[in-house]
Amino acid sequence: MLYTNLKHLETAADHAKVIGENENVMVICGRMGPMCIPVYGIAEEIENKYSHVQFFDMEFDNPESQVIRNLSEVKGFMGIPFTIYYKNGKVVKATSSIQTMEQVTSILNQEFGQLQKS
Amino acid sequence: MQNHFDVILIGGGPAGLTAGIYLSRARLKTLILNEGTVGGQMVLTHEIANYPGVENINGYQLSNIMKKQAISFGCEVKSNIMIKDLVLDTTIKNVVLSDGTIYTSDSVILAPGGRSRTLNVEGEDLFKGKGISYCATCDGDFFTDKEIVVVGGGNSAFEESVSLCKYVSKATIVHQFDHFQAFQYAVDEAGNHEKINFIMESGIVAFHGNDKLESVDIKNLKTGEINNHKTDGVFIFIGYVPNTEFLTDKIKMNQWGEILVDNNMSTNIEGVYAAGDAIAKRYRQITTSVGEATIAAMAVSEYLHKRKSDI
Repeated sequence: MLYTNLKHLETAADHAKVIGENENVMVICGRMGPMCIPVYGIAEEIENKYSHVQFFDMEFDNPESQVIRNLSEVKGFMGIPFTIYYKNGKVVKATSSIQTMEQVTSILNQEFGQLQKS
Repeated sequence: MQNHFDVILIGGGPAGLTAGIYLSRARLKTLILNEGTVGGQMVLTHEIANYPGVENINGYQLSNIMKKQAISFGCEVKSNIMIKDLVLDTTIKNVVLSDGTIYTSDSVILAPGGRSRTLNVEGEDLFKGKGISYCATCDGDFFTDKEIVVVGGGNSAFEESVSLCKYVSKATIVHQFDHFQAFQYAVDEAGNHEKINFIMESGIVAFHGNDKLESVDIKNLKTGEINNHKTDGVFIFIGYVPNTEFLTDKIKMNQWGEILVDNNMSTNIEGVYAAGDAIAKRYRQITTSVGEATIAAMAVSEYLHKRKSDI
């Protein structure tokens, strides 16, 4: 169990439901380690700001996470977390290992649209 | 004056959060500005067993507790920001963020902490997560039955190499000197391990591969000779550096970029204090950072009180 403040995906069925029902989804698949925690932290920080995106995590060692670990887009990945960006149920981007705020927001803006200035 | 604070804390690790708790509880208007995830190096610690009063906790949870505690006293926390400019040598201090927001304050506590050192070699960013790793616990199992290179000569490099041997078929430790900084017990354990060998007085100068890392160029630092070495992965454990680049020419630091402070955690600039892993000191622990931040917070309170009395 990941003890982040993000919503957790526990099963492949949860995963399918979430990406099927939401247009823009980001799933961080990792452990509670030094490469993953900063990415969870970034997602927690921007979750409210990016209200058009649904943010989730999924435990890498949960067998159900094969739904992510077996994606063709993560072939060759050798560092967690695997961060997957889905649009209308399809993978539009995947990254391996630690990411910065700039890297994450750049992908979100590019794939899911820029934030509207208030 | 919405963006004016009594104190701005730069850094949200144990030092910044502790100062945040003390200062906001003293009813000083306090802001924590943090470039990464709140908690600093502490948030990355899997298990903390020696923090007094807490039998066993992980760094993520302890960071969240400290953050909640600071916020409960009225401290504002802004994380994952980027500082663009900083003016410290004036009565009113100025912090400019990359998004253009400007914050001012009567005093500042610098607690930017440190980070893992990287090699800064071409291709390092490209193969991060595709063969290059900085965490054996996180990524070790991706290298099962594969050959890897470990860079470093300190305790982390040796302990992590031994730990990685649970997975890998062979580990080659590459180190820049002809001797190690690690404790002798760690050197002996790695030296006696059948899967570990050493390349001394050498360093990686290039990473090669297509979709993932395939080889590295290793340069003999004595002879200058460069050899290509096939490898599936590289783990880098070459210590920590203070996050003080943004303070260059703004504050007195030593040759390693560590902030110089006196016994009250005061820097060479009036109204500017420092605490935590970025200051010049021998031991770096959560408890030492917490202690220094307590001193800094109390010194700041006294400084601000005196300043208001003098006006």
